[in-house]
Amino acid sequence: MMAAVAARELRDGEVVFVGIGLPNLACNLARRMHAPRLVLIYESGAVGAVPERLPVSIGDPALVTGSLMVCGMADVFQLFLQNGRIEVGFLGGAQVDRYGNINTTVIGSYDRPTVRLPGSGGAAEIAVHAHRTLIVAKLNPRGFPEQVDFITSPGQRSRGAARRELGMPGRGPVKVITDKAILEANGTTGEMTLAALYPGVSAEAVQAGVGWPLTRAPRLGAVAPPSAAELRLLRDVLDPKRLYLRG
Amino acid sequence: MTDDASKVTSMRDAIARFVHDGDTVVIEGFTHLICFAAGHEIIRQGRRDLTLARLTPDLIYDQMIAAGCARKLVFSWAGNPGVGSLHAFRRAIEGRATERRLEIEEYSHFGMVARFSAGAARLPFWPLRNYMGTDLAKANPRIKTVACPYTGEALATVPALNPGVTIVHAQRADAAGNTQMWGLVGVQKEAAFASERVIVVAEELVDEEVIRSDPNRTVIPSMIVSAVVVEPWGAHPSYAQGYYDRDNDFYVAWESISRDPSRLQRYLDEFVHGVPDRAAYLEKQPQVTRLKAKERFSAGVNYGF
Repeated sequence: MMAAVAARELRDGEVVFVGIGLPNLACNLARRMHAPRLVLIYESGAVGAVPERLPVSIGDPALVTGSLMVCGMADVFQLFLQNGRIEVGFLGGAQVDRYGNINTTVIGSYDRPTVRLPGSGGAAEIAVHAHRTLIVAKLNPRGFPEQVDFITSPGQRSRGAARRELGMPGRGPVKVITDKAILEANGTTGEMTLAALYPGVSAEAVQAGVGWPLTRAPRLGAVAPPSAAELRLLRDVLDPKRLYLRG
Repeated sequence: MTDDASKVTSMRDAIARFVHDGDTVVIEGFTHLICFAAGHEIIRQGRRDLTLARLTPDLIYDQMIAAGCARKLVFSWAGNPGVGSLHAFRRAIEGRATERRLEIEEYSHFGMVARFSAGAARLPFWPLRNYMGTDLAKANPRIKTVACPYTGEALATVPALNPGVTIVHAQRADAAGNTQMWGLVGVQKEAAFASERVIVVAEELVDEEVIRSDPNRTVIPSMIVSAVVVEPWGAHPSYAQGYYDRDNDFYVAWESISRDPSRLQRYLDEFVHGVPDRAAYLEKQPQVTRLKAKERFSAGVNYGF
């Protein structure tokens, strides 16, 4: 369901910076459904990738075979990302807060972490530069605190300052795609607000998974369930071994 | 100075001569072409107090950390790609340890790439439009800002990274060290040019003629290379495009191996300390031949004039 919803957010012809896992499924689903001219760029250097198998990592050899271009990582970050060529970036993380700040670095303090997470990778710069970012994360109160323990990837407001004031070129996280609902950044406050519900989910159930009082859009949208075509592609073609399609 | 003499040597001699206790060591390769053979030889020779730098420490630095080679880790993403955690790394720095056993210096990928770019150009730092609104600069005081002298814009800076030795795995090289690679090329060129010494490890040794037949594919020229080691399957369980696929089963298995310190030690005892070299490592696991790559040749180009 999350992969199908994320795929619908992509428009044909867009240039997308793809992460591994669910975002990768979403991009490849979009490419086969409504966006055949979607350009997939991976931070490993594959541009216009057309993976014949589900990539297990972001540096999978299947991303290279048949791609339009393979470049070094200095080119990925300078000539594509900092140059402003990336329209959509996908981000995920252990914690997402009220303003869409993401933590993939530590739970607890930086110097004495309770849990040490992998860190930024390319996420910090994607959050700064992509024209818009989509956050994909499952709802639960620990994963959606009012404020993250550590800001790895900046959202709409970081420690009180809006991203425009901080000089970030991209619009930042415009939506958070969860397993129950879609949250959207409020254009004025930058706060993530409840925008649309999945079938059979109540607003209260969404609030239960979020650590701040969730503002609701004046008119809540209803997210259509995955179509038969989306399900068939996801289950039979893209992820037949169910590597990422769990839950 | 160009040097056309053969630099071909064994892995044992290359590590003994060019990797010293206390060095900053870079074994680069983004998922692709990670030289596990060199990492294992460094462990076997008992190097200590190394500063290990790499964008993604990957399993190889997790093994080197577990083996006690590292004093410090410089990195930007410390996970098991596509799987989960690096548990030796986590054990070394998470709160429940009585004292931190590993110093860390952390960037993002762009930050690490920029550090190698500065090092390769022999500049003291590299500017980038990044890190505003993040806590990364607070966690790492070496990430600073500078005012652009032309526009006044505040830009982030990272310091040059100039390793003592960089080890690069590649598909092919000639005896002098002219090195060609294809597929994902990561940040190997920048890391090699930034380094004081470069060890090239190649799947195949080829004649200089082969290199000259396709010069656009050369990533590292012989003039910066100290040693050439010929080591087929030297990147396993990482991969070499056109030679062998990544051993994803091993990456998945590392989750449980590395979670248990005694199991991890038994792995090192059997597959690193317990073998004299890469050939013996491969003999122990004949099943890796299932990873041999299928053929997908490129169209080729005309270099005539």
